[in-house]
Amino acid sequence: MGSTITEKILAKHSGKTKVNPGEIVNCKIDTIMCHDVTTTPAIDLMEKYGIKKVHNPDQIVVIPDHFVPNKDIKSAEMVAKIRRWAKEQKIENFYDLGRHGVCHAILPEQGYVTPGKTIIAGDSHTCTHGALGAFSTGIGSTDLASALTTGELWFKVPETILIQVDGKLQKGVYSKDVILEIIRRIGVDGALYKAMEFKGEVIDELSVESRMTICNMAIEAGGKSGIINPDQKTIDYVNSHSTEKYEIIKSDDDANYSEIIKIDVSNLEPVVAMPHLPSNVKPISEIDEIRVDQAYLGSCTNGRIEDLRVSAKILKGKKIASGTRMIVVPASTEIWKQANREGLFDIFMEFGATISTPTCGACLGGHMGILAAGEKCISSTNRNFVGRMGSPKSEVYLGSPAVVSASAIEGKIVDPRKYL
Amino acid sequence: MKGKAHVYKRAHINTDEIIPARYLNVDKEAELAKHAMEDIDKDFVNKVQVGDFIVGGADFGCGSSREHAVWALRGAGVRVVIAEKFARIFYRNCLNNGFIAVECKEISEKVDDADELEIEISTGEIKNNTKNEVYKFEPLSDFAEELLNSGGLMNYVLKKKRI
Repeated sequence: MGSTITEKILAKHSGKTKVNPGEIVNCKIDTIMCHDVTTTPAIDLMEKYGIKKVHNPDQIVVIPDHFVPNKDIKSAEMVAKIRRWAKEQKIENFYDLGRHGVCHAILPEQGYVTPGKTIIAGDSHTCTHGALGAFSTGIGSTDLASALTTGELWFKVPETILIQVDGKLQKGVYSKDVILEIIRRIGVDGALYKAMEFKGEVIDELSVESRMTICNMAIEAGGKSGIINPDQKTIDYVNSHSTEKYEIIKSDDDANYSEIIKIDVSNLEPVVAMPHLPSNVKPISEIDEIRVDQAYLGSCTNGRIEDLRVSAKILKGKKIASGTRMIVVPASTEIWKQANREGLFDIFMEFGATISTPTCGACLGGHMGILAAGEKCISSTNRNFVGRMGSPKSEVYLGSPAVVSASAIEGKIVDPRKYL
Repeated sequence: MKGKAHVYKRAHINTDEIIPARYLNVDKEAELAKHAMEDIDKDFVNKVQVGDFIVGGADFGCGSSREHAVWALRGAGVRVVIAEKFARIFYRNCLNNGFIAVECKEISEKVDDADELEIEISTGEIKNNTKNEVYKFEPLSDFAEELLNSGGLMNYVLKKKRI
């Protein structure tokens, strides 16, 4: 019996020839990412235990992003503490304001993600980086402290669910629709504790950025990680973003999967996740009129350049609906600069949207676009939990950048295909 | 270990509900504790007493990786969380803190608010003293038990590594 890509990466990093699901392994970690919310408790823990030095400063990447630029005095103090710590620890990979952005956009863009690596961060959407064939998972602050101290971390080797996505996507249907449809089918705990391995002709056709959207939301099905076997697109992306050496690791043909889910998306139409669960997904044709107060385009799920291009194409020459506001949040400084160079900002501003600096911002109810009680937001983000973007009495609807953009034109949730 | 139950039957209670992101600009347990469970039960912090148990449904603690959820509960006085099933990162975070989290099928159907519960890790039993019932829970893995006995991951790792 062969092994999955996840089992192979975990075996290699724990000094074993083979590992089996359920086994606890102590695993060498290649890259540790630290952001503003979960890192300060890890720093405190290390201090409490008298640990003076991190295991290896070069394996650490620090990217404050949640409340950046600092939203208040308390969050300013947190980032100040991380800044001091990073300096003391001689951590050079620090993405401070000016190079800032959402950590999961910066990590692959700046070349820290390559196939076969193990990557952890104190953030649940760390599963994003499986799109490049790495084992990448979210952890807590104690895990973070332990890994920063030792360069290692414990894992239970997960079972793997193989999700085979076949068919051909219709125009106006994107990877966001595909992952929401998968979550609708299996539920928000359908992949609990498991690795989700995505393959099939639709995945092959997707750009690397679109694949990131898929893996990013593995956690919304409860998954430990999302992963896609590397192909030529992965190699091209990695070679143009990273100078690191890497080894291509792939699943064996006779690997053992706990479940195989086959889905044909040829007839899939744009979908929306209704409040308050990402699995509460409806085809857009079945949604009654829902007025929106805000349209939000951004986040680690859908704030990359191709997302902004899709939106700009739809919004060009149009005007925003009266009573609706739109916020565009390029996910990183590089994406911001690229969008600016391409003239996308002129389109957004003429439309009546506003452009934000890169931040996690309102996606998690931090700042820069918080919702009041009773307000509704159509959002390209990943969670629509109660109170996620502000008041516990507000509502978040999740959709692709195209759905967000078309909805901003009409002030209600609509099918974007008529604008394409 | 003995305490009063606070039952939240709904599946998928997420860490945004346990501790909303608007309070994540601090990481001190006592501060977080003031807002524990705020978006699901505003009155929780007034009811909870030191030693109490939370009883949850399926996929308890899903969503964000914020360990602040564990600290908010612990800071509020909670000593044990029993759920039908835990979301992965929340469960890790509990063990890594030496905080007792056990999985027990149908527990949220069997226990009512304010029932007095007693847990015995070694026998794998939860006693409901109010209803005079005993429930068996999924035994902890050896590794999980070792983490709990060590008082959390940092103690465990430093003992092993002798750093």
